[in-house]
Amino acid sequence: MSQKLTVVGGGMVAHRLIEALLDRDTEQAWQIDLFCEEPVAPYDRVALTSYFSGNSPEDLLLGDADLAADPRVTVHLGGTVTALDTEARTVSTAAGVHGFDALVLATGSSAFVPPVAGSDLPGAFVYRTVQDVQDLEAWVLARQGRPLTGVVVGGGLLGLEAAGALHGLGVRATVVEFADRLMPLQVDEGGGAALRRIIEGLGVEVRTSAASAALHAGAGGEVAAMELADGTKIEADVVVFATGVRPRDELAREAGLVIGERGGVVVDDGCATVVPEVYAVGEVACIQGRTWGLVGPGNTMAEVVVDRLLGGEATFPGADTSTKLKLLGVDVASFGDAFAETPGALEVVYADPVAGVYKKLVVSDDAKTLLGGILVGDASSYASLRPMLGAELGSDPNAWLLPEGSGAPVTGQLPDAATVCSCNNVTAGTIRCAVTDEGCTDLGAVKACTKAGTSCGSCLPLVKNLVNTELEKSGVEVSNALCEHFAFSRAQLFDIVSVTGLRNFSEIIASHGTGRGCDICRPVVASILASLGTGHVLDKDQARLQDTNDHVMANLQKDGTYSVVPRVPAGEITPEGLIAIGQVAHDFGLYTKITGGQRIDLFGARLEQLPAIWKRLVDAGFESGHAYGKSLRTVKSCVGSTWCRYGVQDSVGMAVELELRYRGLRAPHKLKLGVSGCARECAEARGKDVGVIATDNGWNLYVGGNGGFTPRHAVLFAEDLDTETLVRTIDRFLMYYVRTADRLQRTAPWVEAHGIEAIREVILEDSLGICADLDAAMAAHVGSYCDEWAATLADPDKLAQFVSFVNDPEASDPDLAYVEERGQRRPATASERTLIAGPTLEVRA
Amino acid sequence: MTVRMGGGGWVSVCTKKQLIPERGVAVLVKDQQVALFRVTNAEGEEFVYAVGHRDPFADANVIARGIVGSVGQGEDQRDTVASPMYKHVFDLRTGECLTDPSGRLPVYRTWIAGGVVYVHPEPVDVPALVAS
Repeated sequence: MSQKLTVVGGGMVAHRLIEALLDRDTEQAWQIDLFCEEPVAPYDRVALTSYFSGNSPEDLLLGDADLAADPRVTVHLGGTVTALDTEARTVSTAAGVHGFDALVLATGSSAFVPPVAGSDLPGAFVYRTVQDVQDLEAWVLARQGRPLTGVVVGGGLLGLEAAGALHGLGVRATVVEFADRLMPLQVDEGGGAALRRIIEGLGVEVRTSAASAALHAGAGGEVAAMELADGTKIEADVVVFATGVRPRDELAREAGLVIGERGGVVVDDGCATVVPEVYAVGEVACIQGRTWGLVGPGNTMAEVVVDRLLGGEATFPGADTSTKLKLLGVDVASFGDAFAETPGALEVVYADPVAGVYKKLVVSDDAKTLLGGILVGDASSYASLRPMLGAELGSDPNAWLLPEGSGAPVTGQLPDAATVCSCNNVTAGTIRCAVTDEGCTDLGAVKACTKAGTSCGSCLPLVKNLVNTELEKSGVEVSNALCEHFAFSRAQLFDIVSVTGLRNFSEIIASHGTGRGCDICRPVVASILASLGTGHVLDKDQARLQDTNDHVMANLQKDGTYSVVPRVPAGEITPEGLIAIGQVAHDFGLYTKITGGQRIDLFGARLEQLPAIWKRLVDAGFESGHAYGKSLRTVKSCVGSTWCRYGVQDSVGMAVELELRYRGLRAPHKLKLGVSGCARECAEARGKDVGVIATDNGWNLYVGGNGGFTPRHAVLFAEDLDTETLVRTIDRFLMYYVRTADRLQRTAPWVEAHGIEAIREVILEDSLGICADLDAAMAAHVGSYCDEWAATLADPDKLAQFVSFVNDPEASDPDLAYVEERGQRRPATASERTLIAGPTLEVRA
Repeated sequence: MTVRMGGGGWVSVCTKKQLIPERGVAVLVKDQQVALFRVTNAEGEEFVYAVGHRDPFADANVIARGIVGSVGQGEDQRDTVASPMYKHVFDLRTGECLTDPSGRLPVYRTWIAGGVVYVHPEPVDVPALVAS
């Protein structure tokens, strides 16, 4: 039992679809109804102009055999479909209602006529159907015997065809184009100028940057003149509008299908509309966000649908606007990035006004890769250039433009046979083999093994790239799993990332893990990448790895709002700073509380408020406090020798120095430091990961303390250090911890696991020979620090995520509700929430 | 089984470009808060999951801010999101909570065309989805 396919619209794409289906539907699964509005079978609309050079409408008909001759096809000529019911799965025509199993909308476009007064006068035509050209011809022939003039509105492809047609009929034609050049969609200014010279040379007048204002009728009520916006009047016995097309989407619109912003039936990459088994193809389809007014993409869509109807999963691969045509005997070709819109693209131009030739190639910023081009007057090299889009030209681009253009071979996308090092004649395949078969693990080994890059060295970046790609494909397998996705501990993963140089998660998990990752391994990789200094935490694919706190750089609270903590180094703050924070809290209605880390926490900030809050804070001189990160939080201090009667060192100054040094350092867990100015220990430094206590001779350093669930006192690590030694020792301790601790392992258990003596040997005696490396890593961190919030405020891409709802950026979560307590607001409890309708406090945003 | 449905009711919510791969966003769909997640499967096919934005355990609208991940491998791999609040892990396709079966998220149909993401405001019948 065969299924019923209904095709609405009998144009070229519909024809292609049916022809392909008949050909490939070997099991005769489909019975086809074709509804054509025009009273003729599908014809070659692209060749419409050839009607004027002697092709009859019958000559234009498509296909060797009449579709209707096939018993599987019923053609309904003149059968305009007036309604589509996607629920009942029927279409209606004047003749009745037809059911279908699958439907293809191929209704094409209609010619668009701009809203110009008089555009409906007799003598004004469009240029779309056989009927249109027959009417145009009859109109002109009936008036022959006197010199005729005509105006074509629109200097695009169709307009020039129409001008050619009028020219062929002996009408003196003027082309009026709104843009500053002919064929503005295909050619640039230089090409447009060349085209204009050639066309004017044929006797067709051209007016660019000209808008049509009105058509005026003559004594007989027929069109007699066209008036331009600047007041100029052009006599015209005939006017042809070639001002673009509009998709015929009215049927789909009424059926409730999704319609694109600029018209057209929205379809997915399989040409399917939102309703199963209802497709749209050709000019009526809005695919990948746009409609296509070219038959090539339409035919591709037809093939996609045929594949889908037969159970396949073909998708529309995209199409480009490359065109080559002959207009009025003039060759014009345009392909790829013809307008050099690619960043850094270069243009190589050859122009010969005398010969009427303009050629331009668009190449990549290194002048090697062909990106596009425009050819006017001589398009003979189009065939050889068009397939090379995206490939290296392999020789000076000029060679392709000169009249005798000699084509060099394409180097391609580095197949194994491609020569990478031309000095020593080494191919890409040889380099790959050096890694996979010869066991080379770095660039040096590959150079020694293959001699690639050992002469002039210009190919080394390419060689390195090849080597790295091969290395990335391999990987070390060890156990000690972080989670189900990685069989490594955090420390092992740190080494892998550090050594391989992999800098994004998808590569890391593809080469060293399984699946998609999870909320355990993703933040770990994010932390490792941050510790390695890979830039902003939201850069590249790192954003997807971050816990929401790191992602929005604030601390998630129980109602889904966030808290904000500006950095207050060592707890030292000016009155102006206090006022600024207080004013921000007041203006945004934030609950404020002093933290245990000697700073101020601002609660109740909504996601979409964070940038505005931080703009104010940054302007007031504050920066991120990293309260949200597994990173340095605070360096707590007592007031020290500057004020305190008992202080022996400037503990505040030291704490400020340490906090500014380690701010932003990402670690396996949060890090807290403390500095006390004397042995009374008012800063509670021994309750910190790193505690510094002043002595008469300098500083004592304690490590491995914390509060929390399992409180620990830090243990003495080194005594009476001078400031320089103190800082260097803390540098090494922190960096060694960052590199070797497990996920969420604070310094206390880490010190326990490694042994305090062993850590002393590594850090104070350099037993592993890594101190220089640790020092360099910390120097790199200190040198590359920048405030995450200031960087985010300066980056519109990063700011875009700070909305509660992407489709309503101004809106806030309507479920948030607050009550007032002790003079501030707090989230309403579940029972309180049922009593109140919305926020009780006016909150200024 | 093909689910028969009319073309009506679909709401365009954002462009695909507004969805950072494997990072959620929340949208309002006729007064419902819906979390969208753009992911690519092993075959390179890209699609968009839509589940309720409300974490049933936390009673807060935060699901879109969770971390995307997976549980299981190969044929059994299920795409997940972990709520940022108490780290409950939900199956993005069915809305089931894999760490505490007492809660679940509603699931919505999505459709992408022309770079635009559409969501149907009527939640999917999950038992039928799981059976399919």
